[in-house]
Amino acid sequence: MASPRFSYCDEPAEPYYGGILQGDFGCSTKFKVPVAEKLFPALGATGILMFWVMVVMVPVALLIGVLAGMREGTRTDRTLSVASIATTATPEYVSGVIFAVIFASWLGWLNGSAATATRQGISFYNFTLPVMTMAIYGIGYIARMTRASMVEVMTQQYIRTARLKGLGFRAVVIKHALRNALIAPFTVIMLQFPWLLTGVVIVEVMFRYQGFGFTLVEAASNNDIDLLLGCSLVSVFVVLSTQLISDVGYAYLNPRIRVQ
Amino acid sequence: MQVETLGTFGIIFGVLARFWPVWIALAVILFFSLRFRERIGLYGQLFETGVGVAGVLICFFWLFTALFAATVAPFDPLAQFPIMKNVLPGAIEPESGQAFLFGGDRLARDVFSRMVYGSQIVLIIAPAATLFALMVGTTLGLPAGYYGGRIDSFLSFLANLVLAFPVILLFYLLVTPGIRETPIPQWMAGVFFIFPIVFFVTLFWTRYRSRPQLLAIQLAVTLLVGGWAYLGLVFDADPLGIISISSNQLNIFVAVVFASSPGVFRIVRGLVMDIKTRDYVAAAQTRGETPWYIMLWEVLPNARGPLIVDVCLRIGYTTILLGTLGYFGLGLAPESPDWGTGIKESSRLLRAYVHPALPPVFALMSFVLGLNLLADALREQSLKD
Repeated sequence: MASPRFSYCDEPAEPYYGGILQGDFGCSTKFKVPVAEKLFPALGATGILMFWVMVVMVPVALLIGVLAGMREGTRTDRTLSVASIATTATPEYVSGVIFAVIFASWLGWLNGSAATATRQGISFYNFTLPVMTMAIYGIGYIARMTRASMVEVMTQQYIRTARLKGLGFRAVVIKHALRNALIAPFTVIMLQFPWLLTGVVIVEVMFRYQGFGFTLVEAASNNDIDLLLGCSLVSVFVVLSTQLISDVGYAYLNPRIRVQ
Repeated sequence: MQVETLGTFGIIFGVLARFWPVWIALAVILFFSLRFRERIGLYGQLFETGVGVAGVLICFFWLFTALFAATVAPFDPLAQFPIMKNVLPGAIEPESGQAFLFGGDRLARDVFSRMVYGSQIVLIIAPAATLFALMVGTTLGLPAGYYGGRIDSFLSFLANLVLAFPVILLFYLLVTPGIRETPIPQWMAGVFFIFPIVFFVTLFWTRYRSRPQLLAIQLAVTLLVGGWAYLGLVFDADPLGIISISSNQLNIFVAVVFASSPGVFRIVRGLVMDIKTRDYVAAAQTRGETPWYIMLWEVLPNARGPLIVDVCLRIGYTTILLGTLGYFGLGLAPESPDWGTGIKESSRLLRAYVHPALPPVFALMSFVLGLNLLADALREQSLKD
């Protein structure tokens, strides 16, 4: 084997094609380690962040959407709709600043930086702000989709039938309407991934959380080509596979859709 | 050295007073809109709901702020006053006697003036980029939806390719110095900016082909104005020297158009596939009209409702994208007063000074909120008919 290209990892000086499928993405010049050593822990960290974001975002968004769409045109509906429009108008770098000002600078309840999360593990104190910031932006969009789909379902004939046969409003909503109304939001949630990825980058940079987005920005701003290529490959792969899952899941959830 | 400061009421009245041209313009617009409400169609119907009024008012507020920026802002957005570094809101600049209404930033510039001038940048780039994206998306979406088949598969594949790519990566790739030095952005600008010209030429050609005199005038005007703007924007070779754009701004422009035109494409394609099955399209086909005439003069006007709503939403989305670019310091110059750059600058020092962060944050949020409310009201009104 020829002499290595860099002192910190055993990559030959001659460029060659291969190794990607074995997880060998080359060498990171910024962090002075093989790319895989940096990329996969970062992905894991982002996975934790995403998990908590989903745990917060999905139930809240679905609840808001169902409550708003249940009785169209009431005051609850109007208030919740305007609220969800307001959250879609606040991108992460806006809500992040606002939350950091309120909760970290003025009230001092939460830590304005998640840098400690990498070493000491996540806690309510250092992890709430990033999760909250990311969840807020997504909530509005998913809630509006859920509302639209719920409104449509509530005008269907079978809902009227259920009402006419004497079921209570609550039973109709929970047993008959919900299941059909949640099909559309499912796809929307899965299709959110490319867009959550932008959010991840912003939030991780803003709160200094050492995840995938942070690595991506570091790689791009330090001309670390191998790491940047690795990040791009992984992110495109993640996006494409979620879209595939959403298509398959949609056909599974809604039997009326059949691929010819 | 100690600087004098205004109290809370002083700041509030100061801000309200600075915006006087905006208030007058808003009052005039509101008066005429309410006066002639019945006669101005969809725009007049917006004033029937609270959401619509709020949306219209917020959008006009920022429009007039951008127009009258020179009058509203007390200072130059780039001027530095060393004594005013990081001062709290309301501090009075000793030499001119004017107050730094929202305080000073890290480099001792007036935050209020920067916010006001920032609106100019945002209100020029975001709507313009959205319109170009609309042109590109429409010109490609019409044939994809109308012809279907292989053209559709090919164009949809391209659109999905761009959509599947995370926006942020796209921006990093398009705006990194390595790419900027290559002629790629200029090629892309050349490709994107030809679309409006093609669009208008086809538009007039299909309709007025049988009236050569009228057609000649229209084509001449289109080619003259379009070619002039094209030379100025793409090659920076405007013979009169009026239209020019810095290469930084061209880059951002191209990046934003590139990222948002597939979305327009998908919407237009879907609308065309729906409208294509209507009777009036069949009638036009039976009359023997050409496909492009049907697309541009039968299908497109009937797709305008959803498209207008989409444009409103998309301008908001483009504003957010511009902010993202500014936040990562991509493209725009680091001293540029636009809101995204302002947020980036101030969010780093949030622990020490809070006040420079808030004005650009609330400016961006309120503008996008206004556009979203407007889109919501428009959708509601157009569903009513």
